[in-house]
Amino acid sequence: MSRPEPAPALAPAPRAEPRPALALRDVAFAWPGAGRGRGGFGLRCPDFSLAQGESVLLLGASGSGKSTLLSLICGIVAADAGVVAVAGTDLRGLSAGARDRFRAERIGVIFQQFNLLPYASVSDNILLPLRFAPERRARAGEGAAEVRRLCAALGLPADAPETPAGRLSVGQQQRVAVARALIGRPGLIVADEPTSALDAAAQDAFLGLLFGQAEDAGSSLLMVSHDPRLGERFDRVVRIEDIAAAERNP
Amino acid sequence: MILRLAIGSLFARALTVGMTVLAIALSVALFLGVEKLRTGARASFADTISGTDLIVGARSGSVQLLLYSVFRIGNATNNVSWESFQDIASRPEVDWAVPISLGDSHREFRVMGTTPEFFRRYEYRGGRSLEFAEGRGLDDLYDAVIGADVAAALGYEVGDPIVVSHGLASFTDHDDQPFRIAGITARTGTPVDRTVIVSLEAIEAIHVDWRGGGKTGAATPVEAIRAMELTPTAITAALVGVKSRLRIFTLQRWINDYPEEPLLAILPGVALQELWAIVGVAETALVGVSAMVVLTALLGMTAMIFSTLNERRREMAIWRAMGARPATILGLLVLEAMLMAAAGAVLGAALLYAGLAAGRPLVDAAFGIWLPIEPPNARELWTLAAVIGAAALASLLPALRAYRLSLADGMMVRT
Ligand SMILES: Nc1ncnc2c1ncn2[C@@H]1O[C@H](COP(=O)(O)OP(=O)(O)OP(=O)(O)O)[C@@H](O)[C@H]1O
Ligand SMILES: [Mg+2]
Repeated sequence: MSRPEPAPALAPAPRAEPRPALALRDVAFAWPGAGRGRGGFGLRCPDFSLAQGESVLLLGASGSGKSTLLSLICGIVAADAGVVAVAGTDLRGLSAGARDRFRAERIGVIFQQFNLLPYASVSDNILLPLRFAPERRARAGEGAAEVRRLCAALGLPADAPETPAGRLSVGQQQRVAVARALIGRPGLIVADEPTSALDAAAQDAFLGLLFGQAEDAGSSLLMVSHDPRLGERFDRVVRIEDIAAAERNP
Repeated sequence: MILRLAIGSLFARALTVGMTVLAIALSVALFLGVEKLRTGARASFADTISGTDLIVGARSGSVQLLLYSVFRIGNATNNVSWESFQDIASRPEVDWAVPISLGDSHREFRVMGTTPEFFRRYEYRGGRSLEFAEGRGLDDLYDAVIGADVAAALGYEVGDPIVVSHGLASFTDHDDQPFRIAGITARTGTPVDRTVIVSLEAIEAIHVDWRGGGKTGAATPVEAIRAMELTPTAITAALVGVKSRLRIFTLQRWINDYPEEPLLAILPGVALQELWAIVGVAETALVGVSAMVVLTALLGMTAMIFSTLNERRREMAIWRAMGARPATILGLLVLEAMLMAAAGAVLGAALLYAGLAAGRPLVDAAFGIWLPIEPPNARELWTLAAVIGAAALASLLPALRAYRLSLADGMMVRT
């Protein structure tokens, strides 16, 4: 059996349609387990959407529910009501397992820090989401070659793929996280304060690389931060207070 | 890839994981070792004597008689007089009767006086007869035949002189009447390997100058002894074969009711069973204890997994964000536990073989049990599989906790 040709599969069918990369409507969510010290934090988001290829910076103070919103968008937790649609698919209509699979297929995730499995090689870290996403794996084509291409594009050393991720500097690790989010060109990249562990110069270089690669892949970008200075590169800057209402039930 | 990552994760925690694996390995080695010793002892005991229908000795316990007459463990409390032996040997049921006389030693090995017929009649491991690796049987009065272990341990060869000591572990030698090694028997895996065999007359001969446990006066010259009538007055026990197996019980009853002297006749197979009934309790206890040790090691592993769960929440969140289901995380932890158990099982088996190779001569010397070194049998493989399975089960507890944590944590775990 010959390897499936990556080229035709690359033509991204979802992009051809004008539907938004992300749409939230009348979403309500509350963390379960209230009363166990966490104090039942809840969130309401009447309307928010992200167009194909758009980049949005979501600003908000600490504890305002930014990460909670990202968990909802990634389908790690399910909304209690409303519609959370990624590339036109309502996550609430999917089973928990299907949501996990959907996330692996369609969403690239970057955390603040400690993004990587320190004991695994950089290459394994980058390829990890493909393990749970056969379609994305097919889109990525030959895994090792794609890893090398991404590492080179992100300015990582040539021997990086074989290095254990834990040996890299924090800045390098964040770039590996970008490569992992981008492999297989998912439609949506979600980043939770990816630059907060970097100094100003490194932040700038990092954002440059992130934007360049996301544009290349044609992915939409939703980034969360509490730092308004990062805003200028983005198509749109949104404050969380403007799109979502936090609810604290004692 | 998941397997590779699981292995990588284990290696990243090499110290704690290593200790856990070592604990499992030692417990597995202990368990397998106890099993080996148990089956080895059983097989080696059961193979020690065959072809003998009855063993006759002074009245005592049947197990005791079996132990001293066949295994050279312990001592006879009483002897059987030569007249009684003659009476038994001349019974119509009896096909053959071989007397044996124990009580002297050479170094750590026992000396047994018997008749040349012993070499034809003694059978082991389902009907195998004794063979000579070198030399031949008893011919001259001062001929001795030594077992394979005796030859190996003391470096003796045919033609070497050998001096018998009086009693067991004594400092008095019968050095006025040295023997000559006439033959070395091929290895049997039975106590014969550890025995110096001389003729019954020779036992008489070396005790000519002994009366009531002490040496009397000057040594009688060897020439004079050779001229003597050396019929023994008593023997320790006798091996008896009957003409027809149907007559065994008749003969046994006759011997047990022998009026002149309290005697005991036992069927070796029955006595072996009795012996195992006694040993069986200890055996079960031993197996139980070593199984508990394995369980303890697995419990230690479970505790180790529990204690690392909190610091691994971040890692679990990464897995989740990449698309792993909570079930995958559960599976990952169970897989890690099984890998640790498998490593422990393999290492334990290796330890066992190393221990066997090193300890085998010691066990043989101390207990006369020759442990076989052979590839693991089905039972042992099942044991190893059971250890891995038990590890999987034990790890379910922390794995389920990780499952629930990863559901409750969402994607962004604060660190
Ligand atoms: N897994 C969880 N279970 C229960 N409550 C949670 C959970 N995660 C977050 N919360 C609660 O939700 C609220 C908002 O937290 P969240 O992490 O979304 O804020 P944030 O805007 O990302 O803050 P930061 O800028 O500090 O990251 C907090 O009160 C927190 O206690
Ligand atoms: Mg946050």
